Amino acid sequence: MSDIHGLPHQADLAPGDEEVVSVKVRLLGYLVGLGLAVLLTATSFFVAGTDLVWQPSIPVAIVVLAIAQMGVHLVFFLHITTGPDNTNNVMALAFGLLIVFLVIAGSLWIMANLNHNMMPMEQIMQMQR
Amino acid sequence: MSMAAVADGHSVRVIGLEDAGHEGPASKRIITGFGFWIFLLSDIVMFSCFFAAYAVQSGQTAGGPSGAELFNLRNVAIETAFLLLSSFACGMASIAAEVRSHLWFQIGMAVTCLLGIGFLIIEFREFADLIARGAGPSGSAFLSAFFALVGCHGLHVSAGTLWLLTMMAQVFAKGFRADILRRFLCFALFWHALDIIWVAIFSVVYLLGSAA
Repeated sequence: MSDIHGLPHQADLAPGDEEVVSVKVRLLGYLVGLGLAVLLTATSFFVAGTDLVWQPSIPVAIVVLAIAQMGVHLVFFLHITTGPDNTNNVMALAFGLLIVFLVIAGSLWIMANLNHNMMPMEQIMQMQR
Repeated sequence: MSMAAVADGHSVRVIGLEDAGHEGPASKRIITGFGFWIFLLSDIVMFSCFFAAYAVQSGQTAGGPSGAELFNLRNVAIETAFLLLSSFACGMASIAAEVRSHLWFQIGMAVTCLLGIGFLIIEFREFADLIARGAGPSGSAFLSAFFALVGCHGLHVSAGTLWLLTMMAQVFAKGFRADILRRFLCFALFWHALDIIWVAIFSVVYLLGSAA
């Protein structure tokens, strides 16, 4: 992307826009992204149904594979990268991820805590008699 | 962006101009794209609330069926393939828009649309099947959270499909004008973001639900 002064890499990038303009390079980027996504998805589905691995590790593996695939989508499809022209987009993404983490981890933590401290259901029933 | 002018003897140098980027306000394409990116992130935050609700309630089946008994992973794999390929086709349409090729743009968008509709049909049949088996959204807290989360994503895909058809018609009627291309940039971001949400859904809801 070059601006009116003809200097490359001077302007910021809109999310979704790429720095390179050659069609071949862009096509290759999408193909690499598709290949990696297919690979990660297939691994995820395989791990979910297999008994070849230690069973308690399966949920962790699925979550890690999912996060990796989201990263692949962000970089190769949405073109949110660590390039210097992409700083604002990455900062917004980081803030969004912070909120997502707080909402999900906070909900799980608080609800598990409440559940743990709640009186067993039979005792509540007895108190209501 | 520091523009401090330093007088060092003979010449006045402007420090920071060479790394200050462009001068003046950013182009409209960047402002539109960035604004839409902020919207997408807030949409993702909204989805995270649905995910949190599902994660908290996924075990509360009220004596009814659990995810492991209800989910059909073969269907989920087909849905995943459809959505991933449609995201790829949308990328092809982006390249076609970049090189201003009407034919390839319409082909790419048509493929994107067909795969998206295929996804919606499978999802709709899954929902209808669950309700017919008595596992509708009112069955248990788990089912309520499940239908809210997956249904919300389905609604997004439906809205995206309508937007997609609008973009095809606008490019056909008005050509690759700057404002149309900005709308298409936003659409492509939206469609790719939906695929990211689906990655989280098939992993957390279907795969973890079946494994547990």
